[in-house]
Amino acid sequence: MPTDQVQYKYKSTNLVDSEPNKFREDGLRSEEMIINLGPQHPSTHGVLRLEVLMDGEIIQEVAPHIGYLHRCFEKHAESVPYNQVIPYVDRMDYVASMNSEHAYAMGVERMLGIAYQIPKRVEYIRVLVAELNRIASHFIAIGTYGMDIGAFTPFFWVMRDREHILRLLEWICGARLLYNYIWIGGLYYDIPVGFEERCSEFINYLKPKLSELETVLIENEIFVQRTANVGVLPMDLAINYGVTGPMLRGSGLRFDLRKADGYSVYPELDFNIPIGEGKKGTVGDCWDRTWVRMQEVHESVKIIEQCLEKLKKEYKRTKEFDPQVMVPKKIRPQAQDLYVRAENPKGELGFFFRADGKSDIPFRCKARACSFSNLSVLPEISRGVLIADLIAIVGSIDLVMGEVDR
Amino acid sequence: MLDFHQLVEVVKNLANDLRIDEKTSPKTIVLSSPDIKKVCQELYQNPSTYFDMLSCLTGIDNGAEANTMEVVYNLYSIPFNHHVMLKVILPREKPEVDSVAAIWRTANWHERETAEMFGIKFTGHPDLRKLLLPADWEGNPLRKDYQHQEKYRDVKVKY
Repeated sequence: MPTDQVQYKYKSTNLVDSEPNKFREDGLRSEEMIINLGPQHPSTHGVLRLEVLMDGEIIQEVAPHIGYLHRCFEKHAESVPYNQVIPYVDRMDYVASMNSEHAYAMGVERMLGIAYQIPKRVEYIRVLVAELNRIASHFIAIGTYGMDIGAFTPFFWVMRDREHILRLLEWICGARLLYNYIWIGGLYYDIPVGFEERCSEFINYLKPKLSELETVLIENEIFVQRTANVGVLPMDLAINYGVTGPMLRGSGLRFDLRKADGYSVYPELDFNIPIGEGKKGTVGDCWDRTWVRMQEVHESVKIIEQCLEKLKKEYKRTKEFDPQVMVPKKIRPQAQDLYVRAENPKGELGFFFRADGKSDIPFRCKARACSFSNLSVLPEISRGVLIADLIAIVGSIDLVMGEVDR
Repeated sequence: MLDFHQLVEVVKNLANDLRIDEKTSPKTIVLSSPDIKKVCQELYQNPSTYFDMLSCLTGIDNGAEANTMEVVYNLYSIPFNHHVMLKVILPREKPEVDSVAAIWRTANWHERETAEMFGIKFTGHPDLRKLLLPADWEGNPLRKDYQHQEKYRDVKVKY
């Protein structure tokens, strides 16, 4: 393109045309005002724009404006074959790609009818990497949440520990965040020699760090003061809004798809589902949600230990083992509709597929993103709070805008 | 807990014509568009069905040949651990269906997204502004015959 060409014509009405405000300025009383938060602001965790109608310092209504990171996932998925969709799936929830890949691969395998023929070793490796990534994702959630409300040190601690996980995953597949490791029907590659030992070393290193983190951040009096009794989300409201994951469990419902659906090898593993109990305030407040995430890290550690045990003893690495043995050469499911879902760190990630039976390309692939539904409850729980508490509530939702906007 | 056929009996009392499709996963009840709100209300309220969660709501454009569009509802009942898929088939020229946002508030954003992506009108929806796209974006991108606009703000769309 010639450089002298004007690429963008500035007009003062551009912003109003593309994202008009929901609330009107005329008719406001003198103490009422509309405040714009974001999209470029660190406490909004990406590019979330919040339009806030305030009465003094009290919030009357919040209108989230999303779509700044919309990358047309569903349109892309309609133009590439099933196996080539996986990199796009990675980029949805970019801090927990393994979990998203797992859900997607599971859905296509079910459509092909090979879901129950996947080798056990492959399934255990999938669960192992997914749980490692779940810890990394919860670390981001807890660390950035602490930073949102003024605790700076724990952020560095969790980033340090997350770095170990990212390096482990980099060792497995060569990428730090966007892996493309779990393939339809198998894995890209077996885990490297010595990985099991290195991973259990890491787990042993991590355990004391977790209690350290709990003392410094979760049980910290300042943190408790900022989060307890703030943004209380009752259970019935959470279900009605389709809120899932740690947010729903924080509201006191013992519901986890790893148990409820029992997909992959999760039924063979022993772990608990932590729920919010209102220890520091009311059930379903911001503190409960963070506490649930912290407890889930402990549970993931338990799962990883069991997986490593299985991978070392029962389903050992052998010369004959080929992680791609079930990877189909041609992915052409029969004509059908299918909805598949899995427990991501942030909630229920669902994929709705329609295959037409005539092509290798999905006719329709809809992603039901967990952060999307979780964010939609924000206007409901932030009515009547102070603006400083709004930041605390947004942080406790654990948003990844890549997934909200897709 | 009801199995799929008992569920169909419950729906039959309310809907005029329905079709079942057992090849999908979860199994599907295809309804005609005026019935959807009644049926959803019943499935939500009835203590023996109790579908308290709307997992996913989406649209499908079947293309110019079939000349239909669909709206797909994936319902889930947490206490019964029970799924069902509902489908509504709409004409492509004037796709219009009742909103279920008053029953499950998840539907609010999902319907907004479906409306902007497919041009399906959800009557009775409280707030059908565009959600992911800019308000001045032209067309409905997930329609099969979608042609993107030449320029957006004097920036060429296609490269």
